[in-house]
Amino acid sequence: MARPPATRKEQILYLALYPINWLEERSGLVGAVKYFLFRKVPGDISWGHTLGSATLTAFIVQVLTGSILAMYYKPDPDKAYESIRYITDDVTLGWLVRGMHRWGASVFIILMFLHMGRVFLYGAYKYPRELNWILGVLILALGMLEGFTGYLLPWDQTAYWATVVGINLQATGPFVGPFLANVLAGGAEIGSDTLARFYALHMLLIPGALFALIGLHLYLVIRLGVTSPPWSPNAAGRDRTEPTPQGREGLVAPGPRGGKAR
Amino acid sequence: MASHGGDGSPHVPAPTLWPVGFAVGIAVLLVGVVLGWLIVAIGAAIAALFGFLWIREVTRPVRSTEPVAAPEPEARPATRGRKAVPEPGEGEIVRFPRSKLLEGATLGLGVVIGGIVTLPILGPALVDPFVDQGTDDVDIGALDEFPENRFVITTFLLDPEQGEVSRRTAYVRNNGSLDGQPSFTILSSRCVHLGCPVQVNGLPLDEAAKTEQIDNTVVRRIPTAAAVGFGCPCHGGQYDAEGNRTAGPPVRALDRYEFKVRNGRLLLSKTYSVGSVEGTGSEAQIKKYDLMGPGQHVDGPEAVLYPIEPPGH
Repeated sequence: MARPPATRKEQILYLALYPINWLEERSGLVGAVKYFLFRKVPGDISWGHTLGSATLTAFIVQVLTGSILAMYYKPDPDKAYESIRYITDDVTLGWLVRGMHRWGASVFIILMFLHMGRVFLYGAYKYPRELNWILGVLILALGMLEGFTGYLLPWDQTAYWATVVGINLQATGPFVGPFLANVLAGGAEIGSDTLARFYALHMLLIPGALFALIGLHLYLVIRLGVTSPPWSPNAAGRDRTEPTPQGREGLVAPGPRGGKAR
Repeated sequence: MASHGGDGSPHVPAPTLWPVGFAVGIAVLLVGVVLGWLIVAIGAAIAALFGFLWIREVTRPVRSTEPVAAPEPEARPATRGRKAVPEPGEGEIVRFPRSKLLEGATLGLGVVIGGIVTLPILGPALVDPFVDQGTDDVDIGALDEFPENRFVITTFLLDPEQGEVSRRTAYVRNNGSLDGQPSFTILSSRCVHLGCPVQVNGLPLDEAAKTEQIDNTVVRRIPTAAAVGFGCPCHGGQYDAEGNRTAGPPVRALDRYEFKVRNGRLLLSKTYSVGSVEGTGSEAQIKKYDLMGPGQHVDGPEAVLYPIEPPGH
């Protein structure tokens, strides 16, 4: 504060904003959030552009419902089915959370494909956004793997035999297939270790990788900006501007970063 | 060379149709994997031709605009910051100052330490699935529990330590005796398409089912009327009573168990894979192979795709 607040109104505002200013001064977080949320986007974007955010929302729903389910689930061949029954029948609203996780998984995959289709049809994968397409494909593959590993966890007949078939499909891959199948199943056949192995993959390893990839995906979206539709009078990426001395402007298609001091 | 700086010019190759031909070649090649080697060769030729044309097209600007005699400048002078050491002049030896050594040593040491510390995770994650995969012989009952010339649906624990998750089913048929030795046909219920449990095409006699407690595990036996063969519920694979494939996607005959007879009791031993079976019952000629996973060929040209099998598969 360069000058102490003089009027009554200024004093109240100063006090009200004090916590935020305190935080901003020490972390720069407020600026970061503004940088993240208050971006310039093309004027003629449509509902199709919300599919990426919808996918992210579906992912967050999966993370939250999955964390709750993990509080009750037991990844043990003798107890898994019973713990799922307990969640569904006895836990308060357990049936709802399990249902959200189960159906949300399909919603997540479907939204990923719709988002991918929108990006493809709008040509939004083109230069300079190729890398973000590649990251998206990796996220899609890991999302499918989440589906595969999660499918075993209810440990009923459908889950068991579908996973037997899935792992044996893996094993028919030439040369390395049989070895990958052993690693996936934790042994030559599906046994007591397989369930816990799939649980760890489903809970820890793949979600961790997904967090990292989604972070990179969003970083590139923010850095490169949102593409205009193909029919837009303002061709995408054409109004490239040099960064202003204040930096962080012209975010629709920013110039190279790191070249100038902010 | 196209610039890779941020000068606003997208450095993408000009549109070309050759990749379409290349993709067609790959598609023909993949179809050939199913239909025959000739088609594979044709597809590979198409792909190679169009691949060559594509590469020629893509590299044309590089090849034409850049004469061979114009090499890239070897190093660009630093435009920012202060130089730690002066650039070596003509004929001067390149020096590696201490700061560079320390930087490299710190990073290198970090990588080495991090690598050594995280190496042990490879044991449980990758090695353990291949270690100690064999199982002991399994006692499935006295010899006279298996009537001659009919299959008995027998379920048992392959590895009692693992519990019910290791329960397996075998179809056991007593073929009488051959040259004074007992003869059995013991088929694994694991479908050799993708591993679902094949079922008896015939009538199980549930009223004659027996349950026996053997060494803390439960063995169940259900005799069948005349089993004419086996069918898989998942994708429709069909087998005859000797385990030969008669229809559907399986790639070989049903796997079989070796057996031993000890103190008048029947013991299941190793499992092995079967190419095909000629003849029936005790006279059958079995083309026997080491155990392979479902969907993997044991004979024919496709067998070269699976040269090494993990232990216990």
